[in-house]
Amino acid sequence: MVQTIAKPNGLQYLPFEDRISSIDRSIAEIAGTSSPAERLGEIRGLQQQLVREIKRVYSSLSPWQTVQVARHPQRPLFQDYLGGIVKEPRILHGDRCFGDDAAIVTALGQIGREKVMIIGQEKGRDIKQKIACNFGCPNPEGYRKALAKMKLAEKFGLPVVSFIDTPGAYPGIGAEERGQAQAIAVNLREMSRLRVPILCIVIGEGGSGGALGIGVGDRLAMLENAYYSVISPEGCAGILWHDGTQADKAAKALRLTARELHKLGLIDEIIAEPLGGAHRNQHETLHHVELYITKTLRELKRIDVETLLQQRYERICRVGDHELQRQLPAEEPIAADETPKIPERLSITAQLEAAKQIVPDTPEELETLEEESPQPVSE
Amino acid sequence: MTTTKISKSKWDGFSLKPRREMPEGLWLACPSCREMLFRKTVEDNLHVCPKCSHHFRLDGRTRIRQLVDEGSFEEIGADLRSTDPLRFASSGQQYCERLKSAHAKAGSEAILVGKAFIRGRGVILAAMDFSFLGGSMGMVVGEKFCRGVDRAIEESLPLVVISASGGARMHEGVVSLGQMSKTSAALARFDEAGGFFLSVLTDPTTGGVTASFAMLGDIIIAEPNALIGFAGPRTIYQTIKIELPEGFQRSEFLLEHGFVDMIVPRKDLRSEIGRLIDYCGKP
Repeated sequence: MVQTIAKPNGLQYLPFEDRISSIDRSIAEIAGTSSPAERLGEIRGLQQQLVREIKRVYSSLSPWQTVQVARHPQRPLFQDYLGGIVKEPRILHGDRCFGDDAAIVTALGQIGREKVMIIGQEKGRDIKQKIACNFGCPNPEGYRKALAKMKLAEKFGLPVVSFIDTPGAYPGIGAEERGQAQAIAVNLREMSRLRVPILCIVIGEGGSGGALGIGVGDRLAMLENAYYSVISPEGCAGILWHDGTQADKAAKALRLTARELHKLGLIDEIIAEPLGGAHRNQHETLHHVELYITKTLRELKRIDVETLLQQRYERICRVGDHELQRQLPAEEPIAADETPKIPERLSITAQLEAAKQIVPDTPEELETLEEESPQPVSE
Repeated sequence: MTTTKISKSKWDGFSLKPRREMPEGLWLACPSCREMLFRKTVEDNLHVCPKCSHHFRLDGRTRIRQLVDEGSFEEIGADLRSTDPLRFASSGQQYCERLKSAHAKAGSEAILVGKAFIRGRGVILAAMDFSFLGGSMGMVVGEKFCRGVDRAIEESLPLVVISASGGARMHEGVVSLGQMSKTSAALARFDEAGGFFLSVLTDPTTGGVTASFAMLGDIIIAEPNALIGFAGPRTIYQTIKIELPEGFQRSEFLLEHGFVDMIVPRKDLRSEIGRLIDYCGKP
């Protein structure tokens, strides 16, 4: 969980927000005195300072800080989106097979003027809710429920909007017994050919296979401070350095922020968050997300089904495709805070030549086997 | 719940220690029954322990040699090489350097795909290689797999995939995650074209590979006592902190829970594949 420092005004601060919290505190102190009206000028000054400070901190968040913002306990959750932007939601329960998983919520509803099927991962706000929905870690029945409802949407021509927010699919005995892997695999296959538009938005944590299980579609967008990764930074650090506390280094290496992924061409759009992160202004965040959904759904609905499916297939297959053909200027390691240079495309023959050069003449030292030990995709 | 510490000798999952399954030399010890075995005997026995029938892990080439009619394997996409999309810097060693050394050792990526004949039946065969970066799925694995599927659709051939993998390749980040959807989407097309996909799970098949193509077989068969699951046993143990039941995530466990069709020992694999293709493949 994210460590936070409490607050003068109900807001919880992240460890790197020291100065923001102290300015907030001084403003609260002045406001608490007997005659705040006389010190308006002072308050205004402090407020300007506060905005400047928030801008400074949030315009240069490190990847690890972004992860912390994405896990902020006050960040809007799926329930907030469901309550805020969906009209007349009708929550549907159960996978018709084993049970009902609270970590994935499925609902019929209306966003803007569009009737849609909504699939969302729910982490829970208070501890009771968190336990009920397993801290946002879905079990196989959650994925099967999502698929069943998507099939329902397909039958009645409703587009699917999927909200992703999970640390990963649950790694437990029951989950394995009921086929976690099989449930996700089937979702991937079926979502790639579902005959209605699918729109996916990462609103917080995009934890590997658990996120992907409801995250295949025509568009993938991310909130500015969300992250999407093949493994949690802690898990990655544990594998590479046998030390989960080096998560900041791992977060850099994994390139898991929205900006990095957009640069790599792996997501379609970044949805802007209000100044200081989604948790500072839930209303504005919801508004941005709603605008994005209505705009994109209008776009997608104009495309006829066969073209839509073809485009989706090409979109899915494109992942990493140009990387295959693009030879990097190799060797020079790039400092993680430097923006990566994207090399220009080479001609096909040059690419082949370059690719051949990867194979070295002499076998090198055996790598340490610790690093070769299998890495589960989620934790 | 009681927390029981698992002693090292009882620990049945992935080991951090190098598992010396196939050391160089004339003799080797069976990791299961501890019997000292003459290397040649094991090799002649399809890398299965003659005493306790422990199935040793195989690299891709050996696997293919065991399965196909001699000399019939014609590789697809052999020239594909991964680049380092994230410029992944880890423990002082760059991912591209690790790729280089792994390539030099194995001579190919973590998967070998090609057209072959198994007992006279034409198939597209893919075999994964756990010794190549844990058999992890990166963009080259995904791309080769999809080329194999395309070829199978084109020539109406059945597709046989032998999986052995630790999951998605961490060093390629979301690109490797994307390979899960890529391979699954390709299989959706294959399915619509009426193709027969036979998935063979071997020790170990976990993570992103199990959660994508490996579990999408029309028929799924497993080798005896192979570790098959979504999360690795170590991850599960660290999460829930209770001792995992005996035989958890092994082939027999999956059979019992209804996720594989049958368990086939290595000596019968070739004939079983041939038989199943006769039933399900296109005439």
